[in-house]
Amino acid sequence: MVSKAKQLVRGGIGALALLPWLHAAAAEPAARPESWNLLNMPKGVTSVSQNVYDIHMVVIWICVWIGVAVFGVMFYSMFAHRKSRGHKPANFHESTKVELAWTIIPALILIVMAFPATTSLKHLYDTSEADLDVKITGYQWKWKYDYLGKDVSFISELATSQASIYGSAPKTEFYLEEVTEPLVIPVGKKVRLLMTGADVIHSWWVPELAVKRDAIPGFVNETWARVDKPGIYRGRCAELCGKDHAFMPIVVNAVPEEEFNAWLAKKQSETVALRALTEKTFTQDELMAKGEAVYGRTCAGCHGAAGEGVPGVFPAIKGSKIALGPVADHLAIVVNGKSGTAMQAFGAQLSEVDLAAAITYQRNAWGNKSVDNIVQPVDVFKVKNGQ
Amino acid sequence: MAHGPAKGIGRWLRATNHKDIGTMYLWFSFAMFLLGGAFAMVIRAELFEPGMQIIKPEFFNQMTTMHGLIMVFGAIMPVFVGLANWMIPMMIGAPDMALPRLNNLSFWILPFGFSLLAATLFMPGGGPNFGWTFYAPLSTTYAPPTVNFFIFGIHIIGASSIMGSINIIATILNLRAPGMTLMKMPMFAWTWLITAFLLIAVMPVLAGAVTMMLMDINFGTSFFNAAGGGDPVLFQHVFWFFGHPEVYIIIIPAFGVMSAIIPTFSRKPLFGYSSMVYATAAIAFLSFIVWAHHMFTVGMPLAGELYFMYATMLIAVPTGVKVFNWITTMFRGAITYETPMLFAVAFVILFTIGGFTGLMLAIAPADIQYQDSYFVVAHFHYVMVAGALFSSTAAVYYWIPKWTGRMYNETMGKVHFWVSFVAFNVTFFPQHFLGLAGMPRRYADYSLQFADWNMVSSIGAFAYGASQLLFLYNVIATIVAGRKISDPKVWEGAEGLEWTVPTPAPHHTFSTPPAIK
Ligand code: HEC
Ligand SMILES: [Cu+2]
Repeated sequence: MVSKAKQLVRGGIGALALLPWLHAAAAEPAARPESWNLLNMPKGVTSVSQNVYDIHMVVIWICVWIGVAVFGVMFYSMFAHRKSRGHKPANFHESTKVELAWTIIPALILIVMAFPATTSLKHLYDTSEADLDVKITGYQWKWKYDYLGKDVSFISELATSQASIYGSAPKTEFYLEEVTEPLVIPVGKKVRLLMTGADVIHSWWVPELAVKRDAIPGFVNETWARVDKPGIYRGRCAELCGKDHAFMPIVVNAVPEEEFNAWLAKKQSETVALRALTEKTFTQDELMAKGEAVYGRTCAGCHGAAGEGVPGVFPAIKGSKIALGPVADHLAIVVNGKSGTAMQAFGAQLSEVDLAAAITYQRNAWGNKSVDNIVQPVDVFKVKNGQ
Repeated sequence: MAHGPAKGIGRWLRATNHKDIGTMYLWFSFAMFLLGGAFAMVIRAELFEPGMQIIKPEFFNQMTTMHGLIMVFGAIMPVFVGLANWMIPMMIGAPDMALPRLNNLSFWILPFGFSLLAATLFMPGGGPNFGWTFYAPLSTTYAPPTVNFFIFGIHIIGASSIMGSINIIATILNLRAPGMTLMKMPMFAWTWLITAFLLIAVMPVLAGAVTMMLMDINFGTSFFNAAGGGDPVLFQHVFWFFGHPEVYIIIIPAFGVMSAIIPTFSRKPLFGYSSMVYATAAIAFLSFIVWAHHMFTVGMPLAGELYFMYATMLIAVPTGVKVFNWITTMFRGAITYETPMLFAVAFVILFTIGGFTGLMLAIAPADIQYQDSYFVVAHFHYVMVAGALFSSTAAVYYWIPKWTGRMYNETMGKVHFWVSFVAFNVTFFPQHFLGLAGMPRRYADYSLQFADWNMVSSIGAFAYGASQLLFLYNVIATIVAGRKISDPKVWEGAEGLEWTVPTPAPHHTFSTPPAIK
């Protein structure tokens, strides 16, 4: 209650009077140089995006010309028909002819616009004959990419540090646009994107691909992209999905086909190597070191950097009954999540090694002292597979 | 028979006089406007620069949500109910509203509804943080515990709106002076009649949506919970079946105000009265069959997408008719630019720009780029702020001399106008750029290429906010010490029954019905 009041007051003060103070508070490199020139939608790098851009421009120009005509008449009479210029009011009103004209002409203009819009929408909806299927799952607050049938899957989340967000470290060029691992796709291939949400609704948006599709729990939405030009394309989550809605960017790396195949092979061998690690026994120090990183990346968003949580919303892990109690309960909640709450089933997102490390870290960090304080990847494996 | 108002606080608590209740609605909505505005200032201060400086993301989400809810339900809807209360009986020659006690109730539950809503900001877990559109499951499974207060608050506000609408319909249909046929009624009464039917049709749908949420949250149902076999998209259909008519509920009475002010200061009758009536009815009808244009990215089948695109584009036709009518009314008039007219002219220009972006948003393939971006934020602020809000501001300047018997300070009014007009555009025009360049709405923080236009937008917003304090000052100064006037017809070109009663309007007007020529 008190802290909320404080936030309100702080917000109010900041809002009203402290522009210069605000400016000084964040000693950052301000905008990127091109920032003033960002006025329009990008043309993008797919046939759909070019198409959408063309329609967008056509409609803008139609609006501009209608605006010139309508406002032209309006401004003319605003100046010419002023009483102060001695203009005497006419008294005409009601004219069926005029009324018909300004109903029918706009209707015709609309029909003209509808044709290209329909064609382009059909093109956009044609998800047939894809060369590659990628399933995209939105989580609070990260994306998971599954290359269907390729045995490759990974999580992609924000790589910008909290320090940089809160102003204690500088903001670099791709502030809030950098991720731990980008989506890699081959150039010139039709990639079908299958979207779903694991918790709330997200929306996967990359403007240069003209792809924006909601990732909805319980649904799988389909769309597609064929990128013609190699490059890195950045996007964001577009549907309000909770606290860190602004902090789950998207990076797409479109590469030539050979490079893509090499990348895929490397990822596949990593998957195999990771499975092997599951059988290894780690020392507490190894687990703690790894766990700190996993926790900071994946859990701290809700449970706080020092395990303090957010009162009333996300429980503290420091001193938590579960983190101090039997290891089985701790494993269960982390692997399976708790349905109906924001605590997700991390078993589907993280490897056995990462899970073991995060749990071990929670059981030993910030003064937590639990009896069974070490969890090994095999323990996680057993829980995941119901043993 | 003729008596004045009761003394003291009882006058307000037990008010049944339409003018008193109208006054309370107006003050209440202004208070909510300042509150919602303060939230907007917090939002714009946080977005002044990249990085999190003043608040945390979770609180930012509460601010965007509360800003939207308070402005839509607390400021804009009640301000037009206030104007309806004051003006409709005087415009149609009625002694009062048809159901005065209901009128009292529909006002007095509002402060409770909004107190409940605002109080959630101080409760554990914080206030509603799921946007004013409160999509499930963010607003159900993942909502803070205070969501139950939010639901109850929405129910109260909805009940108030429904009662208010019943009252307006009953008044217009039953209490018109003899000889005032429907097609002789002032446009403001017409627009409110249509709006009231819209409200009665869709507020229960909103009530249904929040009740389903309540069941999902507390009683184990799964309307919107995919894990239980429910459908999160169903929520959006239900919400927008309410939500789309809702935006017309907000703007249609504003059309009515414009159709009163523009002829007055053009000294020329409204060009096409009957076509304005039909256009308004057409807009209201269309508003029921276009809801899913807010959902072009949820993955509807192609046929659905095409239908909603075509239907939405159609709205441009009757909307165009309205704009053309206003302009033709001005054409070859004898125009003067008092403050109400300035706001009215700005309304026509800016609302038309909002209409253009609305047409752009209707084009489904392009909307896939615009959806949920700042382009949408810019669009709806052009119709909500420059539309509904400018119109209600114009209405206050236009009718306050009649209400108080005192003239507002014209110079201050003009300063208010010019600062508002410039600041509004500085705030919201750049948001079109931000959205097109890829900045989503409801973002607590953004990457560096969006920095410049965000800063411009914030500066505009602070100026806009400040200019409203000038308005408040002007209104109070008018009431307390404005120049006294007594001519019943305050404005040279004004027509209508409200300008035949004395200035200031006495507590009771039209105790006997006027004769209509
Ligand atoms: C999106 C927010 C979120 C993230 C991210 C998150 N949690 Fe949770 N966590 C929750 C919530 C909410 C609860 C409370 C669930 C309940 O109501 O019992 C919870 C509960 C827990 C608990 C039980 C605490 C107690 O005392 O009840 C543990 C242990 C836990 N989480 C571990 C983790 C780990 C490990 C991670 C990272 C891999 C993680 N959480 C990431 C939201 C989150
Ligand atoms: Cu998201």
